[in-house]
Amino acid sequence: MKERLIVIGNGMAGMRTVEELLKLAPDLYDITVFGEEPHGNYNRILLSPVLGGELSFEETLLHRPEWYAENGITLRSGTRVEKIDRRRRVVVAADGSETPYDRMLLATGSRPVILPVAGHGLPGVIGFRTIADVETMIDASQRFHHAVVIGGGLLGLEAAAGLLKHGMKVRVVHLAETLMERQLDETAGRMLQENLESRGVEFLMGAKTREIIGRKRVQGVVFEDGREVSADLVVMAAGVRPEKELARSADIHCDRGVVVDDTLQTFDPRIYAVGECVQHRRAIYGLVAPLFEQARVCANHLARLGFARYTGSITSTKLKVTGVDLFSAGDFTGNEHSEAIVFRDPARGVYKKLVLEDDHLRGAVLYGDTVDGSWYFELMRGGVDVSAFRDDLMFGRAHIGDTGHGGGTSTAEMADDAQVCDCNGVSKGDIVKAIRSQGLFTLEEVKKHTKAAASCGGCTGLVEQILAATVGGEYTHPDRKPLCACTDFSHDEVRHAIREQHLIDRESVMKGLDWRSPDGCPTCRPALNYYLLAAWPGEAVDDRQSRFVNERVHANIQKDRSYTVVPRLWGGVATPDELRAIADAADKYAVPLVKLTGGQRIDLVGVKKEQLPDIWGDLNNAGLVSGHAYGKALRTVKTCIGAQFCRFGTQDSIQMGIDLEKMTWGSWTPHKFKMAVSACPRNCAEATIKDFGVVGIEGAWELHVGGNGGTKVRVTDRLCRVETATEVLEYAGAFMQLYREEARYLERTAPWVERIGLTHIRTRVVDDAERRRELYERFLESQRYARHDPWAANRTPEQRLEFVPMQTLSMDAPTVIPAKAGSQ
Amino acid sequence: MSEWIEVGPLESIPQLGARVVATDQGDIAVFRTGDDQVFALDDACPHEGGPLSQGMVYGTRVACPLHNWSIELSTGEAVSPDEGCAGRHEVRVTNGRVAIRL
Repeated sequence: MKERLIVIGNGMAGMRTVEELLKLAPDLYDITVFGEEPHGNYNRILLSPVLGGELSFEETLLHRPEWYAENGITLRSGTRVEKIDRRRRVVVAADGSETPYDRMLLATGSRPVILPVAGHGLPGVIGFRTIADVETMIDASQRFHHAVVIGGGLLGLEAAAGLLKHGMKVRVVHLAETLMERQLDETAGRMLQENLESRGVEFLMGAKTREIIGRKRVQGVVFEDGREVSADLVVMAAGVRPEKELARSADIHCDRGVVVDDTLQTFDPRIYAVGECVQHRRAIYGLVAPLFEQARVCANHLARLGFARYTGSITSTKLKVTGVDLFSAGDFTGNEHSEAIVFRDPARGVYKKLVLEDDHLRGAVLYGDTVDGSWYFELMRGGVDVSAFRDDLMFGRAHIGDTGHGGGTSTAEMADDAQVCDCNGVSKGDIVKAIRSQGLFTLEEVKKHTKAAASCGGCTGLVEQILAATVGGEYTHPDRKPLCACTDFSHDEVRHAIREQHLIDRESVMKGLDWRSPDGCPTCRPALNYYLLAAWPGEAVDDRQSRFVNERVHANIQKDRSYTVVPRLWGGVATPDELRAIADAADKYAVPLVKLTGGQRIDLVGVKKEQLPDIWGDLNNAGLVSGHAYGKALRTVKTCIGAQFCRFGTQDSIQMGIDLEKMTWGSWTPHKFKMAVSACPRNCAEATIKDFGVVGIEGAWELHVGGNGGTKVRVTDRLCRVETATEVLEYAGAFMQLYREEARYLERTAPWVERIGLTHIRTRVVDDAERRRELYERFLESQRYARHDPWAANRTPEQRLEFVPMQTLSMDAPTVIPAKAGSQ
Repeated sequence: MSEWIEVGPLESIPQLGARVVATDQGDIAVFRTGDDQVFALDDACPHEGGPLSQGMVYGTRVACPLHNWSIELSTGEAVSPDEGCAGRHEVRVTNGRVAIRL
């Protein structure tokens, strides 16, 4: 017989855990879910839009009753559990029924704090927690005029904005002197207050409620200082408390919430707990991202995999009130060791405060322009040393190079039909609609459903902002994001395992790390192939079927299924014979387009797949090899004319470029890797937007890293200055190797440098000569196996099968047409 | 017409890969999964006609090389949330030889 799992609480945290559990171990348990409310699981985050009339309750349902049935789950909605009898292992419901369990998941959530003042039980006094509360509020707005919201925090302000929309006169009462004092500093709190006052909300600050008055129904609120206001509806939004009474009455250890360890287990080993009812390492969480992270870990243990750990979350806050852009995260109050950088533009209504400690960002408050919120949040979670770009930090990611798209930075002011994703033509309205109607919570889900940010990624920041503004608080952005849906391990953990356990093929990685699918997916396969090749050069064997088409056939696929062929021109230099060979090939194979590339090479565009091996053969015969213009690999090394001819040139940039390209060609990297060498500071080769840029100056070379000229233009960071060409090669090899060993697959050097910080790179490549030499030697060792021409290799008879049909048929009278030589 | 036409040995298709059968009415992609199941679809993604034969095969799906749509090999249907269907052909393997029905 299956073990019986009882879930108490039919809310978002509990059901997310069940979903994760079903993914891991669909048949392990007989599951029964108890829910006090009489519905399926709905998206509590969307109560504000339901109150605002933008959504119906139906649209907020995450799991309909059918879902429970389809997954073999017994749903007992509208049934309150009264008691847990741990000795007999049964739960007793309000209807007197007893249900036995082997394991239990407590997900009882939280309840609003109802101030224990006289009159708190009067009709018309409610919390803001359930759909029933929302219905009461809408009903009251149709019959009455005066609303009082007690509590000027996130929830209270959202309630106030919603009631205002229904035409009520709204007063917000707040105990502290400024709004949202736990999320905002005083200045931002005041700006928020002014904004809401201009929309008609009235505020009573520093007001302590003494009594709620009324006879049959609430009629007014009286404060300690004697003030009194009339009220037909009082919404108590003075915070929430973990709902722990059930656990406490069963003698499960509770403090402020139900106490759990890093596996989400309570002090009773049979009983787990997740969500807002939980207290973990002294913290209580009320935002969706930490709860979902808990759900993932808890499911891992319920499924008896037993390796995941929850170690707590840093949270950020986003207010879901239309027209207000507001973000806060981390510790923004600071202490005697921290420093604050403050920016204020009253005319634009913008205020920003960043708190730094020991060159690390500790907290941020943004008002009026929150586009960099997710970036600051990343810097905080990643523990990035920001000293290298501290001067520009306040001006945001755009200022340190990432100009991205358009000029729009404020999604709150954006019209619904404003285009957010310029690649796929997705508007803000499309994104908001998809988030709400499909119940999306993560950037990945939004990409999948709307295609926004799914191509070049330039609008990722805007999409994250819209997501945060729609679901509130921090969207899922865990420190350790799983590599893909096939595993719970992150990129870094997988790499670690490959190195530490000496795994040399895909099968042993997938087996050793409990991959959920037998042959992975298009996300993890190329990543694993790269990690294996990078970790074990000469040992790991390239897995051709785990390569994207371009890397498998060593050419770039085009929309009409043709391919492009780009021979390598070392340092951008070609002899007349090489040019003739390229021209002859273009003639012989009737190549539709011959184009100069941005990387100082020649592109033969529109070549048919069957022609590839033959055209390569002709080019090989002229001494030309693959330019890897298709790969996550070393691409080009651009050069200017340099000291050989140029009257300004200080160094031989062409020879330097050729030497660099001869050393690094054929190497596989996490993403494409481009270089350039200029011979003087005029920098005609545009070396300062390359992954590795070299600028010759009188008597030395300046080395630059982490530049990018594509989707997000980023100027390089200056790494150091060296004197000799030999040193340039050593530093280039060492930097490339560090990138190859540490960056995540598909991470360009620009975001990698921003993620780990330039200091990290300088320490290893510049300051520590021994480490640099080791990196350089590992790079050269790897190149022993990589520095060969894939075109020559793919012309062998067995490799040619890739490029020709296995059979050619005539459909009129289906017969096999005799194959030409070379095909099978 | 509906005839079985032999198109070649199973070994000529790589595991987790595909080969093309060229016809005068367009290519047919013949896929081989990791556990040696064989499927045949029109070699055109329902999205923008990308050559599915060039995509990455995983489980019983293929990811289109142009825009990464996933197509279910047994039905030709695009995997939700995308929508569309690539034409499917019957296929069988006898004595290590692959045949498709036209």
